[in-house]
Amino acid sequence: MRLEAQDVRFRYGGAGARPGGGPGGGSVPEAGAGPGWVLDGVSLRIEAGERVALVGPSGCGKSTLAKILAGYLAPASGAVLLDGAPLPRRGYCPVQMVFQHPELSVNPRWNMGRVLTESWAPDEALLRELGIEREWLRRWPIELSGGELQRFCIARVLGPGTRFLICDEISTMLDVITQAQIWQLLLRVAEERGLGLLVITHSQPLAEKVCTRIVNL
Amino acid sequence: MLEPGLRAVTAALKKPVPRPLVKGPNTRTMVVATVSACLAYLLVVFFWGRFMDPGLYAVNYADKFLAPGAGHPFGTDFMGRDMFFRSIRGLSTSLVIGVIAAAVSSVIGLALGILSAVVGKAFDKVVLWGVDLCMGLPHLVLLILISFMLGKGAYGVTVGIALTHWPELTRVVRAEVLQLRSSVYVQAAYKMGQGRLRVALRHIVPHVIPVYLVGVVLLFPHAIMHEASLTFLGFGLPAETPAIGVILSEAMKHIATGKWWLALFPGLMLVVTVVLFDLIGDGMKKLLNPHSGNL
Repeated sequence: MRLEAQDVRFRYGGAGARPGGGPGGGSVPEAGAGPGWVLDGVSLRIEAGERVALVGPSGCGKSTLAKILAGYLAPASGAVLLDGAPLPRRGYCPVQMVFQHPELSVNPRWNMGRVLTESWAPDEALLRELGIEREWLRRWPIELSGGELQRFCIARVLGPGTRFLICDEISTMLDVITQAQIWQLLLRVAEERGLGLLVITHSQPLAEKVCTRIVNL
Repeated sequence: MLEPGLRAVTAALKKPVPRPLVKGPNTRTMVVATVSACLAYLLVVFFWGRFMDPGLYAVNYADKFLAPGAGHPFGTDFMGRDMFFRSIRGLSTSLVIGVIAAAVSSVIGLALGILSAVVGKAFDKVVLWGVDLCMGLPHLVLLILISFMLGKGAYGVTVGIALTHWPELTRVVRAEVLQLRSSVYVQAAYKMGQGRLRVALRHIVPHVIPVYLVGVVLLFPHAIMHEASLTFLGFGLPAETPAIGVILSEAMKHIATGKWWLALFPGLMLVVTVVLFDLIGDGMKKLLNPHSGNL
């Protein structure tokens, strides 16, 4: 399988921005290409089993590209293709994304058991490896820390339908030990299932450690 | 194939919750108790007033202008009517108007709020214009206008109040739906293969319902106050009906001659009713908000 972005252009608030989409895109960064364009003709290709790091300064459009690749935003021009076909508009998306802010990614009115099983039921072993404790399942999102929530966000998108996983600064809020555990697990799962991984990070060492290829945006 | 995992998760959810170490009733119990007490008081006032024997506040010229005392806790007025029973009766009328107005206004508010957020930009604009139009006019002026057009009386007041209390709720509901639609967890739910209806029912409705309920309850005091002020100004209920507005406007004629009880007690009853509704609304807000309700 192959996920590719072909000559993608995007700007916030402009043509092509999906109404109601774009959760908190923030201000339009000045950096990058033409005036107002966050992404101007960006192409990227990820093969199944490949682990690609996306590195670049703040505001250069890393997260925007991630959202476009996962189908959260539609590009103004260009295309996102999965094995040559556009991403499915409905049903379980083979390209899943884990966000930077786990506390915004879970419904505050759902308990964690419900959050975890929204699309599939992770097995006991996976939960143990991710360090998710049984007792947490009945808690509410505000009763868990950011790092604990992030484990749920990762577990819930590791469903059998996932082919590519986009990780947008997922380990920034975790302590070093948890960070190491989570990356080890993610790498193993990616290996086992032949997932393609796109890792967005500010940390060059993390990118070098985890990924097979580094792309500078 | 997902069944065993799912079963394990459900089983874990069914285990008893360990009790917190803090002794005494928790916030939730306190709030529930307060809300139930307020509700009980309001229901008693409502049913007592509704099914009261009119003889209890009948004209009796032998007893006019009695100060509050054993026989008449709130005193009597210039026709010797008992002010306590008149006030209760008047409040129950206010409650009925409040219920009707809140029901109609909240349905308009809910429908317009949701449609405004979902249908499209043009519709949204029109609704917002309507909201600004209604909120831009002084509320009382609009009420007087509608009530006067419909020939005053209970009908005029009720319609006026029912038709002018939707803009705030529309705004709140619209903002809530817009925010939910763009929230990460709703977008992620779509990506995780959840259909539109499923997301609406499981993610969006549970958020909008509490906002709506609290909005409805907080609408009551407004409606009741407006009914009283409209009647007080003479554009509302007719003078012979026992209504708080009527009672207060009559009391104004006698306050200069030292008949203080005519205004004080009915006014106090009105304030207490309004404050209780406010307490119920705030209590519900606390219970239904995930940041305070689960503690």
